[in-house]
Amino acid sequence: MAYLGIFITYIFVNNFILTQFLGLCPFFGVSKSSESAIGMGMAVTFVMGLASIATWLVYHYLLLPLDLAYMQTLAFILVIAALVQLVEMVIMKNSPALYQALGIYLPLITTNCAVLGIALINITQGYNLMESFCAGVAGGLGFTLAIVLMSNIRERLDLMPVRKVFKGVPIAFISGGLMALAFMSFDKALLTNLLG
Amino acid sequence: MIIGIVYAFIVITVMGLLLGLGLALAAKKFAVKKNEIAEKIVAVLPGANCGGCGFPGCAGYADALSQKKAANGLCSPGGAATASAVAGILGIEDSGVGERMVAYVHCHGNHGISSLDYRYDGMEDCNAASLLFKGDNTCKYGCLHLGTCIEVCPVSAISRDGKGNVTVDAKTCIGCKKCVAVCPTKVIHMIPASGSHAIACNNHDAGGKVKKICSVGCIGCKICENKFPASGCKVVDFLSEIDYASPMSQIVDAAEACPVKCIVKH
Repeated sequence: MAYLGIFITYIFVNNFILTQFLGLCPFFGVSKSSESAIGMGMAVTFVMGLASIATWLVYHYLLLPLDLAYMQTLAFILVIAALVQLVEMVIMKNSPALYQALGIYLPLITTNCAVLGIALINITQGYNLMESFCAGVAGGLGFTLAIVLMSNIRERLDLMPVRKVFKGVPIAFISGGLMALAFMSFDKALLTNLLG
Repeated sequence: MIIGIVYAFIVITVMGLLLGLGLALAAKKFAVKKNEIAEKIVAVLPGANCGGCGFPGCAGYADALSQKKAANGLCSPGGAATASAVAGILGIEDSGVGERMVAYVHCHGNHGISSLDYRYDGMEDCNAASLLFKGDNTCKYGCLHLGTCIEVCPVSAISRDGKGNVTVDAKTCIGCKKCVAVCPTKVIHMIPASGSHAIACNNHDAGGKVKKICSVGCIGCKICENKFPASGCKVVDFLSEIDYASPMSQIVDAAEACPVKCIVKH
């Protein structure tokens, strides 16, 4: 039940893009076509899941024993950057097909704030290793949901008679704002009603 | 206090060094052998990624070239210089490139000159207009003038001239054929860049029908073909076509004699 709660929390209630406003850069940068949006979403989910595990381990087995918890932001960036690089190499060697699908998006999210965000949130929430991993994957899924919805909206917007001043990014920002408003309907009360 | 700072400094530095070292080792272990010949070829290709060669971008063409799956000289933006450079890398004989082909819009009928079936008031896109009775022109072979080809042209070689006709600048055109692919009426064909004249019509209907709907459409009268046999013109399906391989010595006279003046200077 706790895991279900984590998933609902990070996909809907605390959606990384639409309620926490983290990871907005790829949200507007890579949402022009649904194909690249799905690729980006998959890459983010993958990295967030892995980063959650790695940063949890670093925090609990390195920083806490050494009494260096205040260095967590710096240490996490180091770990995440190295991890993404390593994963990229492994994928390039072992699975060219997966590399073709994720490859170009992986370096983009090395220092994405959503990835760093989930690592820091996991610590503040006091999650254990499994819960951290679930939060990471759920956060990535929430990101995917938002960016895929957004890309579909933008594909349709391209065909609409939008005024010249609003064409492109401005109308995308307005759509993003309206989507965030819609996501406000997923709140704590909904979570409590669902899970009792 | 100072001890704490030094401590944090050491830990983070050591961590960074270890991670960097790990990555360096991993890079060695997981190194993927890159196609060196393809990389060399990419360096000499123009990098326009226009797709005119029929491969996905310059890298795709370079890959195919390195595996001998593609013919040399397909890159029209690069032309002869690129072809000889590629031949040098591959160690094959430089066969040169064929005649440089450029796009040409075979229609000079526009909204003042040729008749319309209805008034189109939709999206500024030829393919959208084409969905409605194949466009607003009565002539279903002609240019719709909504500029979809202008949008897709990677080098902005296509523009509207003073009369509202869509024209291709033969000097800028790289021959990528993107406009040919996107045009719903297929009014854009490739012609040699050196060709002095072109037929400004794409209508295959019989003369009487063309005359009613457009004053500059080819009526298939065969004056160019019969009176000026050395002009290279040949009427096929009520439309004159120029054989660019022929000497075209009488083409200027034929253009003069054309009753609708649809043989125009290129």
